Amino acid sequence: MRTPKIKGEKYLFPVVVLIIFLLFWQGISVSGRYTEDQLPGPVSVLKGFVEIWKQGVVFEHIIASFKRLGIAYALGVSAAIPLGLIFGWYGRLYLAIEPFIHVLRPISPIAWFPLAVLWFKIGDPPAIFIIFLSVFFPVLLSTIAAVRNVPSAYIKTARNFGSTEMDILLKVVIPASFPYITVGLHIALGLGWINLVAGEMLGAQSGLGFLIIDSRNFLRTDLIICGMLLVGFFGLLLDRIMRLLEKRVHKTWGFQPGVD
Amino acid sequence: MGNIKIQIKGVEKTFTSIKGDKYQALAKISMDIYDGEFVCLLGPSGCGKTTLLNLIAGFEMPSSGEVLIDGKAVERPDPRHITLFQNPNLFPWRTVLGNVRYGLEMNGMSKDERNKTALEYIRIVGLERFINNHPHELSGGMQQRAAIARALAVDPDIIFMDEPFGALDAMTRMNMQEEVSRIWQERNKTIVFVTHDINESVYLADRVVVMTPHPGRIKNIIPVNLDRPRDRTGYRFDEIRNQIYNEFYYAKEEELCLLTQEGRAVQNLS
Repeated sequence: MRTPKIKGEKYLFPVVVLIIFLLFWQGISVSGRYTEDQLPGPVSVLKGFVEIWKQGVVFEHIIASFKRLGIAYALGVSAAIPLGLIFGWYGRLYLAIEPFIHVLRPISPIAWFPLAVLWFKIGDPPAIFIIFLSVFFPVLLSTIAAVRNVPSAYIKTARNFGSTEMDILLKVVIPASFPYITVGLHIALGLGWINLVAGEMLGAQSGLGFLIIDSRNFLRTDLIICGMLLVGFFGLLLDRIMRLLEKRVHKTWGFQPGVD
Repeated sequence: MGNIKIQIKGVEKTFTSIKGDKYQALAKISMDIYDGEFVCLLGPSGCGKTTLLNLIAGFEMPSSGEVLIDGKAVERPDPRHITLFQNPNLFPWRTVLGNVRYGLEMNGMSKDERNKTALEYIRIVGLERFINNHPHELSGGMQQRAAIARALAVDPDIIFMDEPFGALDAMTRMNMQEEVSRIWQERNKTIVFVTHDINESVYLADRVVVMTPHPGRIKNIIPVNLDRPRDRTGYRFDEIRNQIYNEFYYAKEEELCLLTQEGRAVQNLS
């Protein structure tokens, strides 16, 4: 990789790009091509944000969204990892289940909307179900792949030392696959957050997805964009946190994706 | 010489591909290895030396014949016979100490005992400064030392080594050979060591088993009666090395002869 030549260019360049984008956006919004309701400029969006900030509702929405994400993510991960370990370890079971998984996987969580509403009514449960689905499959598949890719030499060595199957699973397979599983956990958190907005459109009464839908009903385009940007901002934040955790795990394991 | 430790009795190995093609990796092989002996299996790639080692270590079963260790047929790998590979196969998520401790976790030692034993063997291979480092922080030679410590820690009777220094540079390699020779003298283990390096085999072995390919078989077994630590530049060392070199040279001649005869036979037929 190239080393930065200017001090702070890691922050400087993105800020420059951001400023250019905001100027461009403001320029179009005041050009008269679009009405304020169609495309409010960044200044109006900021005003809208200050308004809901002062009312205090924006925090409630953010907290509500994170709570749903947290519950669904925890459920999805704690279902997907054990199943992934089992399917990955027992090769025949994987062969049996593999087509089934790959039929379910390409179905967008949004396609589950009708069933989600029929099964879980409206409010929190269908939203959590939708996020659960978007978390479950990436973690399941990355865990299966991780277990299947554990170097056979590790297992050969462990057997040589007299390890039982249980020892091999607990002391070799799980730790050996952990760095790959973290990659799946990272992707799944991002996907969960993306689908959260969709999930919250199923009759939830709070959350950033609700903020967007609710603002549409009142034609507050500034708040729609505000909600979208908040989703984007927290998505970035989640990604950065996961990246840090991933880096730590990979450093301890001496693992570089795609290099080993 | 001591008691017989390993008996290889008429062992053959044929691999069958998915298509059903058969490939004979080892022709009938018989030999005995004595308790506390250092034996090198030497030969070019494809001579079946690794296959033979895998059969003795119990990772694979022979197509016919059998391998006995202490009079009992080998059916699976056993913690009393540890194998070291060219890749040290250390567990990357464990520190050096954790790796060396791994084998001890299987045999019901207390935690303190495990740490004590592991540290003892880490000291033998000279890695005491690196006990808390992870394998990727070590050089290739140091990783292989850690793997040796992990093997020694469970106090095995036999250590199988499959070109363990094949990936190391020449200087590190010589250091490791000296180390292994010293450890072998101190610990009195039986070692079966696979290599394609004539110098390495002369430096290490009590007996060098010269193997040739197509199919893998024993060409000759050459004793190395030199005092340890051995002098790589000595006259006797050279003599034995040349003797082994000639074994390969003539093996090649014979093979060429055979090939030309076959060629003639084919010509006569057509």
